[in-house]
Amino acid sequence: MRVIKSKVITQTVAKLCKKAAYILPNDVLKSLKSAQSKETGLAKKILELTLKNADIAKQGIFPLCQDTGSAVLFVEIGQEIKIQGSLEQSLQEGIKQGFKENYLRKSIVFEPLFERKNTKTNAPAIIHYKIVEGKELKINLMLKGGGAENKSQIKMFPPTASKEEIINFILSVVKQAGSNACPPFIIGIGLGGNFESAALLSKQALLRKAPNKNKKYKELEEEILEQINETNIGAQGFGGKITALKVFIEYAPCHIASLPCAVNICCHAARHVEAVL
Amino acid sequence: MRSYKLINPTLSNLKKLRSGDFVFLSATVYVLRDMAHKRLLQEKNFPLNLKDKIIYYAGPTPTKKGQPGGALGPTTSSRMDKFCKEFVKKTGIIGIIGKGARSKEANSCMKDNLVYFAALGGLAALGGSCVKNSKIILYPDLGPEAVYEIQIENLPLVVAQDFKGKNIYGECL
Repeated sequence: MRVIKSKVITQTVAKLCKKAAYILPNDVLKSLKSAQSKETGLAKKILELTLKNADIAKQGIFPLCQDTGSAVLFVEIGQEIKIQGSLEQSLQEGIKQGFKENYLRKSIVFEPLFERKNTKTNAPAIIHYKIVEGKELKINLMLKGGGAENKSQIKMFPPTASKEEIINFILSVVKQAGSNACPPFIIGIGLGGNFESAALLSKQALLRKAPNKNKKYKELEEEILEQINETNIGAQGFGGKITALKVFIEYAPCHIASLPCAVNICCHAARHVEAVL
Repeated sequence: MRSYKLINPTLSNLKKLRSGDFVFLSATVYVLRDMAHKRLLQEKNFPLNLKDKIIYYAGPTPTKKGQPGGALGPTTSSRMDKFCKEFVKKTGIIGIIGKGARSKEANSCMKDNLVYFAALGGLAALGGSCVKNSKIILYPDLGPEAVYEIQIENLPLVVAQDFKGKNIYGECL
């Protein structure tokens, strides 16, 4: 059985924090450049500055956004590996180290309602574990800003709902997010599953880089993107042709009574990085 | 698109701006967000003199060794809407920097009192590179939510609502 030391996991997660916070992924850069070429006036200027921001951030002094987010980890554990030490602790320690060493903002409070005391480490990260076949440990880190996360929504549709009803709901979520959630967005959609799994699917959708493998869902992604870009919200909400850069749908089997639809809004600082051990 | 450089603007300078103008601002701004608003308005004696000052809804990243400040970008202004009226009345501020459309009530309490600027959300590396000096002046226990006094130079902003109340976002929340 392959053994992975917890220390290696901690070091890996700490490195991922730096990469995610300071370097905008190439696919997002490419989409921003394409958006900039389609815009004019204020929207074009804003997108130019967005690209300049990415340039400054990659020098490693200032992260892309001051909201370096809550840390969300998607961890796939190959069933043929053994972790030496505590997996949970090593992941949380990686977040603590990564946030401290790289001067990232500590944005997590211990409890939501009464004291709201800052944990001062940005831990705990929100961790989703999955046991898979194989001998690898795959770690995906997403740094998710609060502004865009606040504008995400879920709705439980009846099973006979039409495609148009689903699209209208997604458009209403995007319009409500508007200028508050730092457009241009990347939209993650979870369709099917149940209440909690639809929300998780919508977040996992944000990790994807390529279009949907299913032809019908790929077309639906394109249709939704086109309609979102007709809203004229534009970069920073000042108006423009590009309100979203990408729409990604993940879907899952669901109950005969249900059609859950979750919409997770992500700002243009789509920060997610992967490591495989 | 009109574009201006503003250095330590007074209210009469700000009155000349129109919604949609692009501005490069150099000034000392007072940075605070949710929890600092809540605490400040609960204080018996308001502990800051913000008359004729500009505030900025933000929570910067920690300052790296050898740097004047951390990454600086706006947080969602609408979360501060419920404090806006009382805050404006108590302080006499002449400008707010934040991001995004606000409620009708917040827009109307800003109108005829101050100019609302939108900083560029998510562009905090660019914002950080405009910081010349930064220090915590109140509530250090709040960490990133403390009150900061930050000196900025040529910070790019867009006039979201001008003094007369014309608003770039069209509709309010």
